[in-house]
Amino acid sequence: MEQMKRENPDVVSSMVYGQTYERRNITLLKIGLSSTGRKKAIWMDCGIHAREWIAPAFCQYFVREILRTYKTDTKVNEMMKNLDFYITPVLNVDGYIYSWHNESTRLWRKSRSPGTGGCTCYGTDLNRNFYANWGMVGVSTDCCSQTYCGTKALSESEAWAVTDMLGKMREDILAFLTIHSYGQLILVPYGHPNISAPNYDELMEVGLGAATAIKAVHGMDYTVGTSPDVLYANSGSSRDFARLIGIPLSFTFELRDKGKHGFELPEDQIQPTCEEAYAGAHHIITYAHDKVFYSYAVTVTATLWTTLLAAWVSSAILL
Amino acid sequence: MTTGVLNPSHYPARRAATVVQHYLNTRYGSPYRWIFLSTVHSGSAEDVAEMGRKYQLELTMQEMISNVSGRCSAELLFPGGEGQSAPQVQASCEGLHQSNTTAQEEAFYQQHRASNNLASGNDIPDSYGHMEPSVKPFWQLGGVASSFIMLRESNESTLYNMAQVANFTQLETEKDQLRFNYHVLLHEMISQEIIHWKLLVTWSPAQGVQVLQTELQPKCRHCEAPPNTTN
Repeated sequence: MEQMKRENPDVVSSMVYGQTYERRNITLLKIGLSSTGRKKAIWMDCGIHAREWIAPAFCQYFVREILRTYKTDTKVNEMMKNLDFYITPVLNVDGYIYSWHNESTRLWRKSRSPGTGGCTCYGTDLNRNFYANWGMVGVSTDCCSQTYCGTKALSESEAWAVTDMLGKMREDILAFLTIHSYGQLILVPYGHPNISAPNYDELMEVGLGAATAIKAVHGMDYTVGTSPDVLYANSGSSRDFARLIGIPLSFTFELRDKGKHGFELPEDQIQPTCEEAYAGAHHIITYAHDKVFYSYAVTVTATLWTTLLAAWVSSAILL
Repeated sequence: MTTGVLNPSHYPARRAATVVQHYLNTRYGSPYRWIFLSTVHSGSAEDVAEMGRKYQLELTMQEMISNVSGRCSAELLFPGGEGQSAPQVQASCEGLHQSNTTAQEEAFYQQHRASNNLASGNDIPDSYGHMEPSVKPFWQLGGVASSFIMLRESNESTLYNMAQVANFTQLETEKDQLRFNYHVLLHEMISQEIIHWKLLVTWSPAQGVQVLQTELQPKCRHCEAPPNTTN
């Protein structure tokens, strides 16, 4: 992160927006061409689950890619002008560092906060800890469980840090992407089987567009749907929280593979996985951007057609 | 529970299809033949009175080493009622057996049947997804052996994959079967748990993979291990 800032000081800055349980900084990179006014934003976080190593790799790839191309790619340049990208390469820093410790810790998932009330296991599932139908479905109240949702919503400082930032920025965020593995899925809100997002059709359309873009890169199939439809019901996820506070386009990416290597993806798959995920993310971000910055054109076109139609109708009547 | 025609991209069909994958590996898997679900084309489910839930699926499976794909029709029954009972699967596939593994299997078998150099290994793949090429067939064998457990333990609320071979040790060859102790880590997707199992595995080109003993390992140090499960 320091290197990105050093090499691109005019477009990259960093911000510490919270602390982990073990008091490590939670840092994001803010990337965009500077402007005088308030800018719209795209949020991306990676590594909320420690063992999903391909996710932080992708955040790093994404950062490098937009910095590499923004001067020459007109679309990326335009989006860098109109938007700020807020990228958190590793959200669950404690868990991630723990998973790098040795082979026996590699498959850690949760945070590293200690259990309470006599339970001796560690960690809360950060993606069950958000204030979004917290504790309702797809969670465990056993602190030894991998889907332990915590003693209460936002018991974990990592979840609180994201909640706090999103709360401050919510009017400006056009799209929220949270990156996971594995499964090759694009999940749309909500995790609760009985609750539908008001813009479900739009979410599915954009998600399916992203999956098409992904497939075009290396032929990989990504399935799109709500979590209860294509994976399992769950509550307290960051994606659901983002949608609930009004961020219209909120997606979970589950990257490669489909179970052969699972969390332990071989090195030679990092680059292709990142390339295809970039294409998917780019599709969603472009849609979110164009919806806001091209809607004027859409309105103008509609008005023009309406005027022409009215002219034709009136002339037809005269005849 | 969804009954009738199933959406092929929704979880009920996909979980059932993965059970078929495990079944095919118990029947046809080897150190050089490891089958994975490629696509669910269509499926349906229905309740069968006093028996459980029956699924019918049209699938494409892919053999991972040769990349040969084959179309399969499968029927499986998840037994209802009390107690844990393994799903019952029937499947017929076209084209999957086209991969000719005889030469590789025979070479591997001959290489390892003499007991003067017993193989062993651990953390396959390692944290970086890496493994030495010579160890790959043992990984694949571990995956196939794990399929016996994953098949037995599966129900409509589970989705199993093998996460890693924690370690394996070759034992003396007995009755012309290569024999191994395996410690495998299974990932169950819905609970997100990593479940440790120890297995006693035999294999030969003629007899295929057999799992003679399985033992669930305790999750944490102070937990009690359940009794041995013998097949």
